[in-house]
Amino acid sequence: MTTYAPTIAALPSKPKRPISARRLLLNIAKYAVLTFVAVVILAPSLTAVLGGIRTTGEFLAEPFGLPKQGIQWQNFVRILSNPDFWNAFKNSILLTVGVTVIGVSLSACLAFVFSRMQFLGKGFLFNVLSLGLLFPLVVAILPIFIQIRQLGLINNLWGVILPMVAFSLPGSVVILRGFFMAIPTELEDAAYIDGCSTLGFFRFILLPMARPAIAAVATLQVIGAWNEYFLPLLVLNDPKLWPLPLGIMQFQGQYGSEWALIMAYITILIIPVVIFYIFTQRFIVTGLTGGELKG
Amino acid sequence: MSTVRFRVLPQKAASFSAQPLNRTLSKWLTIGLLVAPGMIVFLTFLLIPIAQSSYYSLFKWNGFGPPTNFRGLDNYVDLLSDGVFLRSIGNSLILMTSSLLLQLPLALGLALLVGRGQLVGRHIFRAILFIPYVFSEVITALIWLYVLHPNMGLMNRVFEAIIPNFKYIPWLADRNIALYAIFLVLTWKYFGFYMILYMAGLQAVPKELEEAGRIDGCNEFQVLRFVTIPLLGRTIRLTIFLSVLGSFQQFVIIWILTQGGPVNATSTIATYLYKYGIQRFALGYGSAVAVVLFCITLFFSLGYQRLVMRQDYVLRE
Repeated sequence: MTTYAPTIAALPSKPKRPISARRLLLNIAKYAVLTFVAVVILAPSLTAVLGGIRTTGEFLAEPFGLPKQGIQWQNFVRILSNPDFWNAFKNSILLTVGVTVIGVSLSACLAFVFSRMQFLGKGFLFNVLSLGLLFPLVVAILPIFIQIRQLGLINNLWGVILPMVAFSLPGSVVILRGFFMAIPTELEDAAYIDGCSTLGFFRFILLPMARPAIAAVATLQVIGAWNEYFLPLLVLNDPKLWPLPLGIMQFQGQYGSEWALIMAYITILIIPVVIFYIFTQRFIVTGLTGGELKG
Repeated sequence: MSTVRFRVLPQKAASFSAQPLNRTLSKWLTIGLLVAPGMIVFLTFLLIPIAQSSYYSLFKWNGFGPPTNFRGLDNYVDLLSDGVFLRSIGNSLILMTSSLLLQLPLALGLALLVGRGQLVGRHIFRAILFIPYVFSEVITALIWLYVLHPNMGLMNRVFEAIIPNFKYIPWLADRNIALYAIFLVLTWKYFGFYMILYMAGLQAVPKELEEAGRIDGCNEFQVLRFVTIPLLGRTIRLTIFLSVLGSFQQFVIIWILTQGGPVNATSTIATYLYKYGIQRFALGYGSAVAVVLFCITLFFSLGYQRLVMRQDYVLRE
């Protein structure tokens, strides 16, 4: 089938030579549109970086100028030598690792049961869990806040981690369940014939095979936890517990007019995110599209 | 079924009769072990709090001690007669409509450009267009706080350079413009997400059908209009769903850029909830806001899934 397709497609194109001029014009138009959008996307982030390496005066005079007074490394030194920054960094790491490890483990267990086991009440449980898809964290923030207060988890990182896990579970389970169901039953039968237990099959065969799906879910969790602002804002009153998104807002409050410093802080936060993005792009795409789009 | 029979083979014959009971027991133990932790976290931190809020919404409650000051439905009456709340719903609806009319078509158009075809460098464009999605909302908002700055912001500078005699616009301080400026920021951050979804959908559109359209004499636009877009129906319906839900949960970007101001011009349901429920510690009143928000979301979600997405298997059953 597919081997014939190119020949068929190639046939009519021969007599239609003049078309290619139009096609060229069309391509130029396409590139023009794409370049314009790419510039609109990149320009704001680029000003942030260019602002961070210059003085505030230079930056405000010329948003896109190059550093004429030399690269202002001291902007970065001032932020990186601040213990508050490193404290916020540590909190962000703790939150992200906590949410990701717990979220992925719990959702993998649930997804396994919902995809591979038969038992009474399975459909009901799955429907209850799916109900969670309808309530994003922002929408339910006040009820969550009340519950965390009643459990005494205010000013406790667990008070951020556990609700974030709870809200990520429905989505992650739906994604993982889809992948788990795609793994052939024959494999499961073979494992059992060889004397594997249910848990053994889950741990030693299913999980390793579903590694791309697990990576996709984990990547989305990392991004979500690393970026979360609203829940820590409510739950953590003690600045010692604040993660980076709260840290940069506090910094912005203190140095409101020193744009260069704020831009340097933004640059410090953007660079690792972009590097992370470059390496995990295909997992992000897999996660968002349930594996339909290959990276 | 046959698998289970094989599993007992290597075991002692004596245990054969006790096997069914043991097997059921161990099966339920396995299920309990795998399901319980996740479901407990889910119930404690998601479902139970949400259910409780409908109870709290009947009280005037500042959060200290148990709620005792019963008000019946008065919170709801106050809420629905508050002009600011109605304004917030209106603003959320404006954001929603603009997303549907501008953001999604933009994302679809770009997906058609970079999602397939033989455009050189489309992978690079695709990567660039998707970058804002991984930025945190806080960073996005801070960058745009500068870009939209009334005096030295990038936006005004660019317009100044292009348009002669351009007067600086206070993007976020003008009551008539602020909401659209915020919409611009939201589009910048989120259209990449929809673009990726459309690209996934496009991969499932069979090339043969489009080719058939061309052979039958359709021009490119007609192929797009009558073949490609109808075949993308499932993805389009999904993005509409996500986009509507998304516009009702915008908080962080709006809060950092305008805090709902000037004069509530950019107040949405989420910023209203934060300002009047949480900052003032009116937890009963705030719960009523949350319940109204749940009702809107639930009503829309269930209705939409029943009527529009029924044929699409959103949850991949």
